[in-house]
Amino acid sequence: MSAAVETNDLGRNFGPRAALSGVTLSIRAGEMFALLGPNGSGKTTLFRILSTLLAPSAGMARVGGCDVVGEAMAVRHQIGVVFQSPALDPQLTVEENLRCAGSLYGLRGADLVARLRSAAEALGLSDRLADRVQSLSGGLQRRVEIAKCLLPRPRVLLLDEPSTGLDPAAREGLRVTLERVRRESEVTVVMTTHLLEEAERCDRVAILHRGRLVACETPAELRGRLGTDVAVVSGLEPEALATRVREMFGWPLSVRGERLRVEVPAGGDAAGRLFSALGAAADTVTVGRPTLEDVFLDLTGEPLRGEEEA
Amino acid sequence: MSGKRGLFIRPTLALWQREMTRFVRQRNRIIGALATPLIFWLLIGSGLGESFRGAEVEGGFMRYFFPGTVVLILLFTAIFSTVSVIEDRRDGFLQGVLVAPVSRASIVFGKCLGGMTLAAAQAALFCLAAPWAGLPLDGAVVLRLLAALLLGGFALTALGFVIAWPLESTQGFHVMMNLVLIPLWLLSGAFFPARAGTWTEWAAALNPLSYITASVRRAFYGDGADLGLVPSFGPAMTVTLVFAVVMFLLALRAVRRGGPESR
Repeated sequence: MSAAVETNDLGRNFGPRAALSGVTLSIRAGEMFALLGPNGSGKTTLFRILSTLLAPSAGMARVGGCDVVGEAMAVRHQIGVVFQSPALDPQLTVEENLRCAGSLYGLRGADLVARLRSAAEALGLSDRLADRVQSLSGGLQRRVEIAKCLLPRPRVLLLDEPSTGLDPAAREGLRVTLERVRRESEVTVVMTTHLLEEAERCDRVAILHRGRLVACETPAELRGRLGTDVAVVSGLEPEALATRVREMFGWPLSVRGERLRVEVPAGGDAAGRLFSALGAAADTVTVGRPTLEDVFLDLTGEPLRGEEEA
Repeated sequence: MSGKRGLFIRPTLALWQREMTRFVRQRNRIIGALATPLIFWLLIGSGLGESFRGAEVEGGFMRYFFPGTVVLILLFTAIFSTVSVIEDRRDGFLQGVLVAPVSRASIVFGKCLGGMTLAAAQAALFCLAAPWAGLPLDGAVVLRLLAALLLGGFALTALGFVIAWPLESTQGFHVMMNLVLIPLWLLSGAFFPARAGTWTEWAAALNPLSYITASVRRAFYGDGADLGLVPSFGPAMTVTLVFAVVMFLLALRAVRRGGPESR
């Protein structure tokens, strides 16, 4: 299969600051792909370059086989873009917004009406068509935005932090919608996210850190990279626990709040060994496969989310 | 299926239609653009009328100030239309248009046509009061007037677009309006006539707005009237047309270069 999105040594500077540098990746047609990273990792810069809003300072990017700079119009014919803050006119109704958007893609007449109805139905907006967008909740606005982007039947759907401002139920609804769209219309879905749950469900994940691509693999491969399992030990004195584990086992570890996170050999009875070795000082010991969070920490040396979010 | 060229006609119409719908939903814009100049005309016109004498203002200051008020309505409406460029950027609507396969010219053209329609319509509404100011309306006057209002409205909206595009807040626009646009209007012959041999002659000759005021004034008075330095209808319209085209091209170049967030 040909690549839906390809970049080669892509970079973008803002003044002296490099927001993105040396990013080379290839996204296959029909893939659900996540660009994962915290704020300032360069994922939004990459998103803006792919959606033709921002010109790269170095390297090249192609979407649907067309260059985002030299053939920007041809790229725009193939993409649907869902922005973090919905690109809707709050003063217009849902239907007026959809009509306006359809017209921007050259849709008209019965075809526009038919697509509008089916997109509204697919996103559960049929009874909202006459409502002003400003009267809708954030979740509903996001659904209008997605319906809008599906009207021209794009080959590549680009989404910037699609879950922002959505409650868990709306997030799940969004995920189901994206899955269905991808299945039914063979769209390539590329989303930026700082949420592991979202990245976890994608076919492949590109991890960005300080403007650089540090990994690009399936979630399973990423987890397999660590080659270890992760044990979490809780107790009243985590620092004392850490010293004990260091002395007795020598495994890499870190203290986070009241918990101790230890990278333990995969497959061994690490939980049992830790539990008996630490005795009463440890309240609980749990061992699990590494999460993407663990992988992110391992690759970048920094946690994905700030302490306040964790 | 996917072309390489941007779409033009349908996007332009869709963007124009959006401007109309928004305007109807924002009643306060009608008041701001029409009522403010009307009050200016009534208060300033009647207050200053007594102290204003001269050949150019024959027929009273209310009569002299009427075409200037029409241009103020054009200016206010065009300006309010282009403030929405900044709001569209802030609300996110604009980025949705920018990623669509529409010709960049249609983005500018849709906005300018919208501003032009609203400005000309409101100014025309005010012009219905012209007979009370001593400016009778007949077929020829109405035709010249419509042409002047449409062209002037387009030119001023394009000017507003050029000013608004690089700005990130509407406050910046108000500064530009008070510092640049209102003085240009004051010196355009809208408020007082330029006098030969004084600096006001140069100010009027170099000021693009004075040709818009001149075309509106000539639409009412005709080319036969002695209006001092005010150019005839044809030349005034020609300069306004050139101004409109230049502003349109500057706006187009600005859009192609990208907004403030892409630097």
